Amino acid sequence: MSLLDFLRPRPKNTANIARERLRIIVAQERATRGGPDYLPLLRNELLEVIRKYVHVGADAVQINVERSNEGEVLELSVALPEVPGASGTG
Amino acid sequence: MSETLVITSGKGGVGKTTTSASLASGLAQRGHKTAVIDFDVGLRNLDLIMGCERRVVYDFVNVIQNEATLKQALIRDKRHDNLSVLAASQTRDKDALTQEGVGRVLDELKQDGFDYIVCDSPAGIEKGAHLAMYFSDRAVVVVNPEVSSVRDSDRILGLLSSKTRRAEQGEGPGPQHLLLTRYNPARVEAGEMMSVGDVEEILGIPVLGVIPESEQVLAASNSGVPVIHDAGSIAGQAYGDAVARLVGEDVPMRFLEAPKKGFFKRMFGT
Repeated sequence: MSLLDFLRPRPKNTANIARERLRIIVAQERATRGGPDYLPLLRNELLEVIRKYVHVGADAVQINVERSNEGEVLELSVALPEVPGASGTG
Repeated sequence: MSETLVITSGKGGVGKTTTSASLASGLAQRGHKTAVIDFDVGLRNLDLIMGCERRVVYDFVNVIQNEATLKQALIRDKRHDNLSVLAASQTRDKDALTQEGVGRVLDELKQDGFDYIVCDSPAGIEKGAHLAMYFSDRAVVVVNPEVSSVRDSDRILGLLSSKTRRAEQGEGPGPQHLLLTRYNPARVEAGEMMSVGDVEEILGIPVLGVIPESEQVLAASNSGVPVIHDAGSIAGQAYGDAVARLVGEDVPMRFLEAPKKGFFKRMFGT
């Protein structure tokens, strides 16, 4: 860090942003990987339906396919907004 | 015992061919009989990086289509006579590679006593990339500490776990390693670039090596000498360390920290 650097505005720590974005997208892509091709579509349609009632972000619906000896389990989780008042009904 | 390695990445331009050339040269340097194969049909480049572009007579596709023998097509390296290069075809389309043909060439190399067969994958996830990984025992995923490269690497890791012969036969994927290239410790320290730890954590596989960004890499490809031969360069030394780890030696990571700046540089910048 040189003297002149103190006069310039500090750049944001973009490495942290990259890491967080990748964590989310990689987890999402892994969850649907190897599963049926319709999973991303199903996820989007579910998101649309949920958004009719609750205001949620684009990454609120997580889909996961768990395989076990007894068969496959489709696991679905929906993250709702933290503040109850923030949700509106459509 | 022969081992087939694939050098892959998904994304283009991250350093697969540079890595293939240096790892193969390093293995040969250590006395292992090694072959390195360019799977990038139509966009041959390994020959240039290895410095044997003017000696290519027959190529991989010629061998697969029985127009030449493997012996005729293998180009012996100038520096190590236990290292051979099999060039990709420059003229034919990608469909010239067949799974049966690739399998046959790899089997013949194993019968000829090659200890290591290094498969330099093309970018993407199409046929060439698929065939480069299909027969592999181990994979080296080359990644830059950058978002698109990391995401593509994860996609490739998914394919390695499902679309290889090992996976199809239920053996599970072979060992997978990450090799970070173009690593810039100063930018990592400034928060401008993801660290080795970040990339390792996101992708969840162990790091084989970290190659620092270095001017010597371009100088090496300019002159057709794999950078591992440049023992004075940090990139060459880092590749040397990666080869040592590849054969099972326990070597500490180097060049992960920015060189300390002197007083004047600290006060007035570069």
